Amino acid sequence: MKSPKVVTSAAAGAVVLSLGLAACGGGDDSSGGTSSAKFDAGSTAVVNASDKKGGVLKMAQPDDFESLDPANIYYAYGLNFTRLYSRQLMTYASKPGTEGSKMVPDLAEAPGTPGDGGKTWTYKIKRGVKYEDGTEIKAKDIKYAVARTFDRGVLRNGPSYFTQLLDADGYKGPFKDKDLDKFKGVEVKDDYTLVFKLKAPFAEFDQVVGFSGQTVPVPQAKDTGTRYGMHPVSSGPYKWEGDYQPKKGGTLVRNSNWDPQTDPNRKQLPDKIEVQAGLKAEEIDNRLMAGTVHVDLPGSGVQAAARQQILTNPKLKANADNPLAGFHWYIPINTKNIPNVECRKAIVYAADRAAMFRAYGGDAGGQVSTSIQPPAVDGREKGQDFYTKADVNFTGDVNAAKDALNKCGKPTGFETVMVFRSDRPKEKATAEALEQSLARVGIKLQLKGYPSGTYTNEQLGSPAFVKREKVGLGTYGWAPDWNTGYGYLQPISDKDAIVETGNANAEELDDSVVNGKWDEVVKVQDPAQRAKIYNEIDARIREQAAILPNVYAKSLLFRPTSLTNVYFHAGYGMYDYANMGVTG
Amino acid sequence: MTAPIEATGAEQQAQPDAVLAGSGRKAIQGRSLGQIAWMRLKRDKVAMGGALVVLLLIVMSLPGVTELLSRTFGSPPNQFHQNLVDPTLGGPIGSLGGISADHPFGIEPINGRDLFSRILFGARVSLLIGVLATLVSVVIGTVMGIIAGYFGGWVDTVIARLMDIFLAFPLVLFAISLVGVIPNKMLGLAGNDLRMGVLVFIIGFFNWPYIGRIIRGQTLSLREREFVDAARSMGARNTHILFKEVLPNLVAPILVYSTLLIPTNILFEAALSFLGVGINPPDPSWGGMLSAATELYTVAPHFVIVPGLAIFITVLAFNLFGDGLRDALDPRAR
Repeated sequence: MKSPKVVTSAAAGAVVLSLGLAACGGGDDSSGGTSSAKFDAGSTAVVNASDKKGGVLKMAQPDDFESLDPANIYYAYGLNFTRLYSRQLMTYASKPGTEGSKMVPDLAEAPGTPGDGGKTWTYKIKRGVKYEDGTEIKAKDIKYAVARTFDRGVLRNGPSYFTQLLDADGYKGPFKDKDLDKFKGVEVKDDYTLVFKLKAPFAEFDQVVGFSGQTVPVPQAKDTGTRYGMHPVSSGPYKWEGDYQPKKGGTLVRNSNWDPQTDPNRKQLPDKIEVQAGLKAEEIDNRLMAGTVHVDLPGSGVQAAARQQILTNPKLKANADNPLAGFHWYIPINTKNIPNVECRKAIVYAADRAAMFRAYGGDAGGQVSTSIQPPAVDGREKGQDFYTKADVNFTGDVNAAKDALNKCGKPTGFETVMVFRSDRPKEKATAEALEQSLARVGIKLQLKGYPSGTYTNEQLGSPAFVKREKVGLGTYGWAPDWNTGYGYLQPISDKDAIVETGNANAEELDDSVVNGKWDEVVKVQDPAQRAKIYNEIDARIREQAAILPNVYAKSLLFRPTSLTNVYFHAGYGMYDYANMGVTG
Repeated sequence: MTAPIEATGAEQQAQPDAVLAGSGRKAIQGRSLGQIAWMRLKRDKVAMGGALVVLLLIVMSLPGVTELLSRTFGSPPNQFHQNLVDPTLGGPIGSLGGISADHPFGIEPINGRDLFSRILFGARVSLLIGVLATLVSVVIGTVMGIIAGYFGGWVDTVIARLMDIFLAFPLVLFAISLVGVIPNKMLGLAGNDLRMGVLVFIIGFFNWPYIGRIIRGQTLSLREREFVDAARSMGARNTHILFKEVLPNLVAPILVYSTLLIPTNILFEAALSFLGVGINPPDPSWGGMLSAATELYTVAPHFVIVPGLAIFITVLAFNLFGDGLRDALDPRAR
């Protein structure tokens, strides 16, 4: 999962950014179950299930939110947090296990109804749902919320799907011209009916609506533009007490106008929720283990020092979870600089998966991967290994690699460049492991590190740079905005997804079979049929040796014993913040 | 006068006249500035200790010697020994960071590479960059300083402003961004040779004003001295005065500040490596090792201590030697 520390650059305009929301509760489909506190129990079930109200829930983070304006947030942890004080049209189901990545209605009565071949999506909203001041939420408030997202000067951080998908004729947002009738992308049929109008059919519109906070209703009269994030109007179980103080924090108190009858996805257990920003990450870990802070907001897991303590102390370990966090750390093999498939195969054959696995922290750090799609992706199949083995003890097949090199016409090997993010020790260790293992067959890797701030845009993410510097390999990780094969694979394998900067198709794959399948799959209506095609694409990419699978990332999360109703949420890739309680 | 003194009996027969005679004879011989300095330096135990360590480091870094030492006492610097590492925690199995007969300084976490060899090869990188960068700084700084100090006037003004500009340069930021845009092959260099060249350039080229200012100040006072006037009145040309009259008198400060600049540059190189813009992996560098260690200091504290000590000892040795050298060459500065 993305944490502020890990974030690089949100490539503006990319359909799927690496700021992801994908995750999985470890593979099995248990949901709604409860469990007592033991290691990894919270990955698949609710730990310390309780409906006891009261207490103060304390949350902390090293940095700060991008904003508290639900429409102006892209980080998964921020979107998770906004559910405490805001409701949206659709949202992730509040359930442990893989159920958590399913979209369910929130303000809507039911999922959207497609019309006109998928070009319109109609939602009916629940009656009688109120803001914190008691006024009722109407369809026009949601239309206004969507209209706001068209002004990227005011809402800079949030996703830009609506501006890309909706048919709105160059609409510039409601801040300069307050007349909402000029916005044609969403039509208000009556106070409780909304119709979204798209430029082209888009099958996964419920996911677009549900993964972010951009359909959280905003009363137009109370919108303060860029300052709205200081004190957003609440529609959820909690409301802000005073303004949020950036870099300091704020306090949420119960919202008496929130009606649990209309909201199956949230509980209102603590009396108060205190958020503190600007604490050091190590300090947060210590306070978590002491129980004086309940939640580490970024949700990307504890730091190295705490990791060591937790993994070696059985008592602490019983209160930790080790779920798959949503990312797949893999190695793209550039097909332009290494055009011969046999040469690419040699790389995959020779790669020491055992060393790469260790580079990511062994069992607690990841799971050796087979498919490119991580387990959380809907309908993903594990698939078969191509030229490598998803085995923690597999150190590479030197003989097969040499055969492949012979077929490639380079029996003595070749030289190429491998890039990695120099400020990420795990990627450095991975690059070093590959350098060592490929050297065994004569493939000489020259390792070059770059700062992660520019890496995904200007180095690995720039085809011009990759061409000029003859980059053959890189370290890369990817998590989609929502868990479907389209969201995961299309940006990293479709020829059409190759862009000048922020390119996610780092292998620059332009394979007629893969391209053909992408053209075909958008016309398929049945999700199961689509998933089958995604799995075929996944296998084809690996058969072409364009991607060397590495590990599915795991995070190590700590839950203090005083925290109740806590479970890993697959949609956000961390604990679900909207349903927790505290004891004592 | 007594009988000629036997060397062996000198101590027993020590008499006032004998001492007088002895010192008198020496005074007559006369000693050059260098001899005096060397005598003073020899008496300074601390400086000699520093010099010894520096000498040891240089010998260790000579081509062939590093490889031999690494082969004899450790194992190749880039070889993995993952069987010696705990797969989950990443730390070495066993106490004291996996120190054993095969790995005298222990092993690196995660990969299990031999720390002894990596420290050795890292020393070569640090010294090479430190010394070459110093050389660049000293050459540019001396030339610019001497010109500014000797000619004065508008030349001095221009060079002084230039120094101010260089001193105000955000060097670390520049280094980070430059390393990002430097291509893979340039000027016939590639890979880590190029990276080293870039580091030498960055560290050396932007640090010359420090030594430049000192040289300028010294030159300013030297050019008013009688021997310069004398040379000028004899019709010597500027180049002759600069290189034959002024420069020899600057050797002492140049020597001292070079010795003191080397450790600064080694530290700077370590800092850049720490920030990830130093030597590319898998080649070892001390700063890079420290940077990798920050994540793992709880599982492998020795991984911080060993390269940290290496940097500490090297810098301290150079500084002690440099200080001693300054005292020896210029006792008034004491």
